[in-house]
Amino acid sequence: MSDAAAAIEAVYRVEAPRVLATLIRLLGGFDRAEEALHDAWLAALDSWPHKGIPANPRAWLVSAGRFKAIDRIRREARFNAASEQLAQAIELAAEPDEDDAPAIVDDQLRLIFTCCHPALAPDAQVALTLREVCGLTTEAIAAAYLAKPVTIAQRIVRAKGKIRDARIPYVVPGPEELPERIETVLQVIYLVFNEGYLASSGDSALRTDLCAEAIRLARLLATLIEEPEVRGLLALMLLQDARRAARVRDGEIVPLEEQERGLWNAAQIAEGQALVRRVLAGRFSLYSVQAAIAASHGPAGSDWPRIVGFYDMLLRLDPSPIVALNRAVAVAMRDGPAAGLALVEQLAEDLADYRLWHAARADLLRRLGRLDEAKHAYAAALDLTVQEAERRFIERRLRELQP
Amino acid sequence: MRYLCLVCFDAAVIDTLPPGEWDRIVRDSAEYDRELQRRGHFVAAEALMSPDTATTVRMRQGKMSATDGPFAELKEQVAGFILIEAADLNEAMRIGANIPLARIGCVEVRPVM
Repeated sequence: MSDAAAAIEAVYRVEAPRVLATLIRLLGGFDRAEEALHDAWLAALDSWPHKGIPANPRAWLVSAGRFKAIDRIRREARFNAASEQLAQAIELAAEPDEDDAPAIVDDQLRLIFTCCHPALAPDAQVALTLREVCGLTTEAIAAAYLAKPVTIAQRIVRAKGKIRDARIPYVVPGPEELPERIETVLQVIYLVFNEGYLASSGDSALRTDLCAEAIRLARLLATLIEEPEVRGLLALMLLQDARRAARVRDGEIVPLEEQERGLWNAAQIAEGQALVRRVLAGRFSLYSVQAAIAASHGPAGSDWPRIVGFYDMLLRLDPSPIVALNRAVAVAMRDGPAAGLALVEQLAEDLADYRLWHAARADLLRRLGRLDEAKHAYAAALDLTVQEAERRFIERRLRELQP
Repeated sequence: MRYLCLVCFDAAVIDTLPPGEWDRIVRDSAEYDRELQRRGHFVAAEALMSPDTATTVRMRQGKMSATDGPFAELKEQVAGFILIEAADLNEAMRIGANIPLARIGCVEVRPVM
């Protein structure tokens, strides 16, 4: 590909999801908007190589897409009076100004809230958000979720059908609905992030993209909504993402206390910590407390007493055995492995099938010198582990325990 | 656009409610229908007799067969419906969720073709 063609392609990749969000509003539906975006892209491929990339490619693409859609509807209109009315309505509707940045941001938010609508199944929300808001291809989404492209495509088609037929509106919810609706959106964003951050299979560049997209969406939401949970989630993702470079070494997961903290992204940690200070000034909530825990791991070390305090708080907000396990591990760091192990053992019944319970127990037994028991626990964890990077880590521990 | 709100609940739940609660739900239900009428959302509503009174019929090769009871043996059975007019699914979901029986049962909100 020539440099010029690559530049055009790069502009399109960034602009396409934003253009789509606006076209859906202007044209009143996903299918028409996608057709129009495709037509606009063909027009750009025709015009840009000769005339150069326009100063505002987003406005250019919106305008081209809108005209192409009107054309298309007019052609249908020869057979149908309702189509002519629709074409006129679209022509009369105000086109966004070249510099109307807030309108463009609003369209992006409308699209997020529509894709994360509670009337859609959770896996459809995630697939639709990645496809429509983040502009990932169906193949890329399938690769990230280890699903067949045809499965993802069906999920997306079904969701779009429901949006159209049941008439899910293209709006940012009003103040009375916003708190419960934002919860679903944050869940979807965090799922996208975790898919990029935790999974070890697949294309690593793609996974970095998923994390970057999740962070971009949270930033976008934070511009609109004064909701501490939005900033809490943004802080949590920034802080976790900042440790990316230190998290895996030679294809093997590196536990936090063994990570080379010099590899952490200091600027991103500072941004995350500043957000946490702001959020904690208000009421404590699920994401902000998790962010506060992540913020307590600094480049110089981890503040374990503080971390245990935040886990106490988190356990009150979310009394789940998994949170209790994480708290037990933090207690072990503060008070020693024996204290941690006592708490871990209490969770045996709830977490017998959870690989990280076995891994945490194994680690504490190892630190207490109870090596035979540690070996059995590591083996149990290994049986339940499917992630390659985690497997390698546990296998190394097992090797180290051999006399 | 019209949506059908299918109101479902498990009648056994009535016995587990605190005293007076069931009467309150019945009163609220009648009041809610009137409120929907005032706000222009109401098209039609009916409450149904208990599932014991249902008969399911089928026509196969011109021959009718009948079975006693509703077509699916579920704990939560259809108890009534409200047909509403709403601008979009958001409005329809809000109207459906505020049906008093949604507090002890559930409401299926389905667009009308």
